[in-house]
Amino acid sequence: MKTNDVILQTVTKFVLFVIILFSIHLFFAGHYYPGGGFIGGLMTSGAIVLLLLAFDIKTVKMILPFDYIKVVAVGLLIAIGTGAGALFFNMPFLTHAYTYAYLPLLGKTSLHTAVLFDTGVFLVVIGVTMTIIQTIGESE
Amino acid sequence: MFEAVLWISVTFISLAMIGLIYRVIKGPTVADRVVALDAIGISLVSVIALVSIVLETSAFLDIILLIGILTFIGTVAFSKFLEKGVIMEYDRNGDR
Repeated sequence: MKTNDVILQTVTKFVLFVIILFSIHLFFAGHYYPGGGFIGGLMTSGAIVLLLLAFDIKTVKMILPFDYIKVVAVGLLIAIGTGAGALFFNMPFLTHAYTYAYLPLLGKTSLHTAVLFDTGVFLVVIGVTMTIIQTIGESE
Repeated sequence: MFEAVLWISVTFISLAMIGLIYRVIKGPTVADRVVALDAIGISLVSVIALVSIVLETSAFLDIILLIGILTFIGTVAFSKFLEKGVIMEYDRNGDR
């Protein structure tokens, strides 16, 4: 029987952007407030799961043509590279540097290299979660 | 006075959640359990909102949004499983 899911698809097209904006907010709030790369990646993969529920695997593969295992590899490379970058400045592994800058529109902002490490964690979490969900979700 | 009202509300919502947990465990059909799980999520959101009013903090407001999104996705997944029997289909216009 062909089911009618117009309401779900219409709601998804709107709610998806709210969830992704919230995950970006969580990602950048991570240093001083609750949040960070891990929970931001989980929220982004939640948005992709909502897309998979409302549409199907074929459409989502057309929208997001990523090989998620390669996303894991790139994320690990960024995270380890950020950690190893401290070795070039004669500092212990995973030491992070920060500075305060005056950016337009944002005012006084603290810039940390921990954000780059968190980007790696973000990509690893998205890749691992989507690989697990696609492996379980496929019927064959 | 105001704080007493808040604590009474927390108490009654917690009692309602105990009843909902009974419905999740006992519920005769799967649809009863799904509705009870959704209602548990909404009760959890209201408990967190009341606690954050009592503690006069805004640190929990992100958690409220997070639980709302997660219960929404969970309820959608359960409903799709109940209606179609499959959660993620490969091609929704094809015969599979």
